Amino acid sequence: MANGVVAITEQRDGAFRKVSYEVVSEGRRIADALSCNLTAVVVGSGVEALAGEIQAFGADAVLVLDDPGLADYRTDAYANGVAAALAPHAPAVVVIGATAQGKDLAARLAARWDAGLAMDCTAVAVQGGAITCTRPMFGGKIFADVTIKGAPQVIALRPNVMPIQRVARSAVVETPPVQLGSVKTTVVEKQMDTGGKVELTEAEVIVSGGRGTGGNFGPLEELAAALGGAVGASRSAVDEGWRKHSDQVGQTGRVVSPALYIACGISGAIQHLAGMSTSKVIVAINKDAEAPIFAKADVGIVGDIFQVVPEISAAVRKIKS
Amino acid sequence: MDIVVLVKQVPDTESLVQIAGDGVSIKKEEIKWVMNPYDELAVEEALRIREAKGGSVTVVSVGPQKAQETIRTALAMGADKGLHVHDPLAEGSDALATAKLLAAAVKGLAFDLIICGQRGVDEDNYQVGAAVAEFLNIPQISLVNKAEVLDGRIRCHRVVEGGTVVVEAPLPALFTTQRGLNEPRYASLPGIMKAKKKPLEVKTVAELGLDPAAVGAAGRKVLIQALRLPPERKAVRMIRAETPAATAAELVRILHTEAKLI
Ligand SMILES: Cc1cc2nc3c(=O)[nH]c(=O)nc-3n(C[C@H](O)[C@H](O)[C@H](O)COP(=O)(O)OP(=O)(O)OC[C@H]3O[C@@H](n4cnc5c(N)ncnc54)[C@H](O)[C@@H]3O)c2cc1C
Ligand SMILES: Nc1ncnc2c1ncn2[C@@H]1O[C@H](COP(=O)(O)O)[C@@H](O)[C@H]1O
Repeated sequence: MANGVVAITEQRDGAFRKVSYEVVSEGRRIADALSCNLTAVVVGSGVEALAGEIQAFGADAVLVLDDPGLADYRTDAYANGVAAALAPHAPAVVVIGATAQGKDLAARLAARWDAGLAMDCTAVAVQGGAITCTRPMFGGKIFADVTIKGAPQVIALRPNVMPIQRVARSAVVETPPVQLGSVKTTVVEKQMDTGGKVELTEAEVIVSGGRGTGGNFGPLEELAAALGGAVGASRSAVDEGWRKHSDQVGQTGRVVSPALYIACGISGAIQHLAGMSTSKVIVAINKDAEAPIFAKADVGIVGDIFQVVPEISAAVRKIKS
Repeated sequence: MDIVVLVKQVPDTESLVQIAGDGVSIKKEEIKWVMNPYDELAVEEALRIREAKGGSVTVVSVGPQKAQETIRTALAMGADKGLHVHDPLAEGSDALATAKLLAAAVKGLAFDLIICGQRGVDEDNYQVGAAVAEFLNIPQISLVNKAEVLDGRIRCHRVVEGGTVVVEAPLPALFTTQRGLNEPRYASLPGIMKAKKKPLEVKTVAELGLDPAAVGAAGRKVLIQALRLPPERKAVRMIRAETPAATAAELVRILHTEAKLI
């Protein structure tokens, strides 16, 4: 009989990514609604110390998979290690963050388990033991309420959506021997951004620029810095070579869900909206009063970004000091 | 190098997507159907590898009769042959069942490399590539924006949050595409003419040796209970102030005292 909820966390260089707190918090809520236990899984190399930290979000047990072979994410190593460790648990529900890593791992594991997977969910509701997940489809034009047949039910949660909740527990920490099985992929190089920049999908605030910036992202960088946020871009800005592909928000870019999204000189094409429509508050600044972005925004400013954005930065700095 | 590309026909991203009367599917009639944008990247990459290394490019798609248009588009771009899994029993498959069909179809082909999109911009499942790789028991590398074929191996640049990771895997392997990989070519007129004569095989669920109960609507594990429109936002509140400074002050006031975001 499948039983219990498992939350698979994600860490990088020995620190949890924010989505880990979200999946464990949501895992706790699901476990409470199903009256069962929550097991958090920590995967990496030299990550034993993280077990203590994650207890504070409501895990009854923490399963630590610590092995040098898990230092960098590789689909085969992680899938083999996690599948072997979870085999004796036979969980009813597995939650994971829908990050680059989480989506990849969830899809591989679900196939191995012959299990249903609801990807990139923005809400999970439990009623009478049945779990309904809500997931945006067609770039957010439609929301689907789905249920999953069989076990485990694999649920990948969109980052930055689920509330983080501290529920102190003293969890049982297990460090089972890691079984990596046959691993064929190798990581030969890593080029990670440095300088402590906030990562786009984790950012609470995103200041995004489009063709209207004319390539000058300086004022947007400044506003993002003042707000402690990250800078995003439309596809036009990326195609012009003004920003990296990884900054692109939209249907063929990143899907983001910050508390505050400020669109600067972005017209609001449907493919752009696909990447940011679940943001909590959307502010649009555009000199064209007819720009479609205003129809999707909460607050609109008709004006020139080069005049308005620096003033916003100044006003933010004033209020923060 | 024998390369297989998985292509899916999806609604054009500009399409108005409407919920059908049954409440659990979309209205298909008025939609303009196109090749999934990420699959265009996959076809292009396969063609470039074939141009450099020789070999063949086979495109495989699961879908209704109409999906053959997308296979033909890939053939017109330059792929060598197509395989269409077309069967009423396959209709209504979820991502897992689709992957079972694709894996079974690919098993019957000679291949060194499979390339597919990171996601279909229809259901945004982000799932089929990994599942096909699992069913074929081969390594997968997702979100690739640069790929190099080395001697018996593939080296891929994966774009992840916060950077790029370079991963290698022995062939046969599967990778999924990310924007930045290439600029897909358009099908030329001679290409379109030639495509009409290229081989396109059709297979049914039975011919793939699959249990009909494992695929199609019957095999779904993810059950759509309801489709609905996203929650509406309240009407936009326009800030109209005399100067940029006054506009900025009002915005920051709203974000600070009302939305409590600053
Ligand atoms: C298959 C497909 C996938 C796509 N995927 C994506 C995607 O993932 N993400 C994405 O963003 N797009 C995507 N697009 C492209 C999309 O359709 C639009 O072309 C693009 O989003 C437009 O970018 P933009 O708003 O920056 O530029 P534009 O549409 O050119 O808009 C620029 C805006 O800036 C305003 N402006 C100009 N100067 C100023 C100023 N000084 N101050 C204030 N405002 C100013 C103008 O009024 C205008 O509204 C996709 C398209 C297709 C076909
Ligand atoms: N019906 C299908 N036929 C062929 N390939 C598909 C099909 N569905 C998905 N794929 C491939 O899998 C990728 C990811 O799709 P998805 O997991 O549905 O988001 C797509 O970009 C295609 O390359």
